[in-house]
Amino acid sequence: MKKVPNNTTDDVLAPSPVPFLRDPAKRAIVFQVVALLLVAFVSYYLYSNTQANLERQSIATGFGFLDKEASFEIGESVIEYSAADSYADALLVGALNTLKVSFIGVLFTIILGTVIGVARLSSNWLVAKLAGGYIEVMQNIPVLLQLFFWYAIFYESFPSPRQALNPFNGVFLCNRGLIFGVPESHAAHGAMLWAFVAALAIGWFLNRWGKQRQAQTGQIFPSIRVTLALSIILPLLVWAFAGAPTAMDIPELRGFNFRGGVTVSPEFSALLLGLVFYTAAFVAEIVRAGIQSVGHGQVEAAKAVGLRSGQVLHLVILPQALRVIIPPLTSQMLNLTKNSSLAIAIGYADFVAVTNTTINQTGQAIEGVALIMLIYLFFSLSTSLFMNWYNKKMALVER
Amino acid sequence: MSAPNTAPTREYLKPPVTEVGVIGWLHGNLFNTWYNSLLTIVFAVILWQVVPPFFSWAFVDSVWNGPSEACRDIDGACWSIIPQNISFIIFGFFPEGEHWRPGSAMLILLGLVFFSKSSKHWKKSLGFYWLIGLIVMGTLMYGGVFGMPVVETAQWSGLPLTFMLSFFGMVAAYPLGVMLALGRQSKMPAIKTLCVVYIEMIRGVPLISLLFMSSILFPLFLPEGVTFDKVLRAQVAIILFTAAYIAEVVRGGLQAMSRGQFEAADSLGLNYNQTMRLIILPQALKIVIPPTVGILLSAFKDTSLVVIIALYDVLKTTKVTLSNPKWTGYSTEAYIFLAVLYFICCYAMSSYSRKLEKTLHTGR
Repeated sequence: MKKVPNNTTDDVLAPSPVPFLRDPAKRAIVFQVVALLLVAFVSYYLYSNTQANLERQSIATGFGFLDKEASFEIGESVIEYSAADSYADALLVGALNTLKVSFIGVLFTIILGTVIGVARLSSNWLVAKLAGGYIEVMQNIPVLLQLFFWYAIFYESFPSPRQALNPFNGVFLCNRGLIFGVPESHAAHGAMLWAFVAALAIGWFLNRWGKQRQAQTGQIFPSIRVTLALSIILPLLVWAFAGAPTAMDIPELRGFNFRGGVTVSPEFSALLLGLVFYTAAFVAEIVRAGIQSVGHGQVEAAKAVGLRSGQVLHLVILPQALRVIIPPLTSQMLNLTKNSSLAIAIGYADFVAVTNTTINQTGQAIEGVALIMLIYLFFSLSTSLFMNWYNKKMALVER
Repeated sequence: MSAPNTAPTREYLKPPVTEVGVIGWLHGNLFNTWYNSLLTIVFAVILWQVVPPFFSWAFVDSVWNGPSEACRDIDGACWSIIPQNISFIIFGFFPEGEHWRPGSAMLILLGLVFFSKSSKHWKKSLGFYWLIGLIVMGTLMYGGVFGMPVVETAQWSGLPLTFMLSFFGMVAAYPLGVMLALGRQSKMPAIKTLCVVYIEMIRGVPLISLLFMSSILFPLFLPEGVTFDKVLRAQVAIILFTAAYIAEVVRGGLQAMSRGQFEAADSLGLNYNQTMRLIILPQALKIVIPPTVGILLSAFKDTSLVVIIALYDVLKTTKVTLSNPKWTGYSTEAYIFLAVLYFICCYAMSSYSRKLEKTLHTGR
């Protein structure tokens, strides 16, 4: 065997000094410095232009306008709000409205998407084809068009309050939205909510204890079923102790509109329907892919070990399918939140719509757009933090 | 003990009638278990409730073409809104008499798209065809030469605007996205940070905020007297937005490249540009063609958002038509027409992407 000469120690082949720009390490530094200088120069150029333009139009910069009186009404609000409140309050109302529609939308989307995704895999030909058709149609129509469509349905196809459709007792559907009766507010309701939270907390501890016991003795504790039962029984007990209030707040037609009950505005309904129907199609595909990703051998092995079908689903299929489903699912949920900004097109007062009004009134365009970007960046950064945590937790641990 | 001689008779039994033919198919696919039978019946009833009324609304009781007065006292759909306003919905404010120009521009575009479909034509020359095509289209739309009067971009509207925003957006966003992806994979910390910040920031905000930025903030950023036209600003916003998403898809392709490819390129003495251009990108971009089509598809759908900053794309021209008192109240018909239009375009793209995925999925 010939001995391979070692270049690094061989004096004969000692490298001649590398010209400055031929040395990758030095060249990289030059590139980066140039890139940073370029970015800095462009930013400075834009900044100075902006300063000059703002001075010429005599617009004050800064967030001082937030304390001023907003003097515009907002159609619907989760908290108390009137035109006399400040811009900061108006923006808070908008942000809460965004959160409201996103939260409810995410909830419905997951349910509908899962149902359709499972239906897509159904052995029933009709059901599978219907689900497939739904997915194709909904994915291929822009969500904004869908929003306009639902909004037009509410405004053009539904009757005025006087001829409101009344599909169930106490539920009315008209061009003012969906109006339905709710239990009259009672002190017991708050207590029931706390009882529900307490049930969930107990369930969490039971689950931990059950797992420990299973690790020690092998006995399985049905913690999910017990938690479910607790979360129904505890609030019901509280309700019964409080004297079982059953009074209902039923909407009634007074003049041209309904009084009482809860009104879901056409804007909110159209936004919710559009977002949920659109996003559910994508979620359905994700769910289908997740379920199909679990190999058939896994199910057969689980059955061979003697697990019941519920246990197969709970202990074998779901943990593996969820690992595939959750990451794209979160990004769809984030998409739904971002798409909720289309609310402005149909007049639902979400954060973007309120900010837009604020910009129009105050001229504080830079601050307004920055606020919009910041709040959505906050949503997506917190989501990706969650995703990183989740991926770490769920990562496949191999030998 | 002699077993009774029961030699099997050589007579073949027919398969049971429940396993073959129409009945067999029904039994296997619709009524194989009790809950499937129940589901089938429930859905058949629902379809029976929904489809015939819709059919008679859309096709039997409907008016297909005629003045708006003919629609006042019918139960069905008033499709007349489409043929009566079709030239406004498609071409918007483009001057009457010049409609052949955006029309032929769209035909050129469709021709290019169909030409690019076949992988036989994926050569360098395809890029030149596109470049020439885009220039011809731009000239047709803007005019000013060959005796065509100039049509300002403010008058570009309807379907040509939708197509232009999406196709120019895709074509320009693609190289930018590839550059960003390469930057994100780069070993230089400053370049990498810049790219990561850009990509994550753009992906974190809704397209609307960028469109707002283009329509209200951008004029503030420019020196006094310099203005860009509104359509171009929206176009820039769409390009910047799409590029960030393309960058993420391309990054997936780059990460899928095995280290051996880089090492082989290094050992051949190729420099960074050569390695990327000759070895890495051709493979990486090929892997990510299907998801890229997905991004382009959503970019196409997203162009409808320019409605919000009052550009007259095809959705906005439809809304303008609907605000004409003669035609108010027929939104359902108009929106269904638009939905079919978008569906045809998007479905063609998505089924093409699926077909590509199958043909490209060879070997590895």
